[in-house]
Amino acid sequence: MSLLIDVQNSTGAFNLEVKLACSGPVTAIFGPSGSGKTSLLNIVAGLARPASGRIEVDGRVWFDAQKRIHLAPHERAIGYVFQEGRLFPHLNVRHNLTYGAFFAKDRAPSADFDEIVDLLGIDRLLERPIRHLSGGEQQRVAIGRALLARPRLILMDEPLASLDHARRSEILPYLDRMRMRFAIPTLYVSHSMEEVERLADEVATISEGRIVQMRRLTPQS
Amino acid sequence: MQFTADEITAIWLSLKVATIATLASLPLAIACAYVLARKEFWGKSIVNGLVHLPLVLPPVVTGYLLLVTFGRRGPVGSALESCCGIVFSFRWTGAALACAVMAFPLVVRAIRLAIEAIDPRLEAAAATLGARPSMVFFTVTLPLALPGILAGAIIGFAKALGEFGATITFVSNIPGETQTIATSIYSYTQAPGGDDNALRLTLVSVAIAMLALIASELLARRIMRKGADL
Repeated sequence: MSLLIDVQNSTGAFNLEVKLACSGPVTAIFGPSGSGKTSLLNIVAGLARPASGRIEVDGRVWFDAQKRIHLAPHERAIGYVFQEGRLFPHLNVRHNLTYGAFFAKDRAPSADFDEIVDLLGIDRLLERPIRHLSGGEQQRVAIGRALLARPRLILMDEPLASLDHARRSEILPYLDRMRMRFAIPTLYVSHSMEEVERLADEVATISEGRIVQMRRLTPQS
Repeated sequence: MQFTADEITAIWLSLKVATIATLASLPLAIACAYVLARKEFWGKSIVNGLVHLPLVLPPVVTGYLLLVTFGRRGPVGSALESCCGIVFSFRWTGAALACAVMAFPLVVRAIRLAIEAIDPRLEAAAATLGARPSMVFFTVTLPLALPGILAGAIIGFAKALGEFGATITFVSNIPGETQTIATSIYSYTQAPGGDDNALRLTLVSVAIAMLALIASELLARRIMRKGADL
């Protein structure tokens, strides 16, 4: 993967100035809360528009302030796992999972439905309403929903932060397996070094809106 | 209880007028509610004011304004007649238009509250999953607002059934064409010996209103249950 981010934005007193070249597959954005991690992820997703700069993913330009290019979120082919799940409350688990694939018919699936359901251990939850799921189950469904949207890039915003320690260790193996099996380019935002060292291939440390360090954890393949 | 032919006609006409007024104005009401709930634009307070105008104006003023604009010699009325053959003045269609306009603020308000209660982060999540803005609206916003839309439609229907002032000003009180339950009760109370007839129609009015409320309650419960089962 090649992901080139060079964006500047300021909201109020906070300045975000990020220059980042990721080779992945899993790049962690590591830093304390308030350092601009989620803002950066929203900019990459197209949910927020930076004041200036450029974002390029595998040769495709997603954002270029000078050329006035700004792809809308639905044109970027991403899978975004939010901190709070954000599953659709009016749909059951199965329909949440298939929501993104419906809009991605022009892209080849990275894995079929049954395989992902099996990998995340949610096969017995398929017909359940969302409000009958535990926090950990909801987050597994959210990960499945993002994977099944046939993404070119996965964005994860502290997917484990809203869970207690036991739930966290319940999900980590699934994230491990997902990384081994699919190797989809991923930006993984976290403030936990333990998670980062376990899941990421490289770490970009962010502080007060700037990348202060970039470090490789695994040899480049 | 024995109804006269005119009374039966008035009851059917009331139901027809209220149903058509509600269904025909619902898409526009949903669109208005969505724009007012989710968009910021120049002149929003003017649009908001216009939508709520029929709620605060005396109904007779609304009726007169309808007569002036949608009457056969009004600018909109004459254009509609010459291009599409649609006539509002002194027809049941005019009664439906008057009811729709009078109910509009209440319907928009109910739906707007429902849309404002939807977490916009769910709509953002749908966008990241590849849904265009129109698909986000139809697959996330609209289904989640459904109970509010239903409540708005029932309120609109009830308001349309009871509409009197704007209707009688715009399309008068012609038996068989524009005479509804409300205007026909009015006629009976104006003539000597009409009290029994007025009372009968009043009971019909109460019965329809109760049925509408019970139906909305049952529908709302069914939607809640369906939401739970899914």
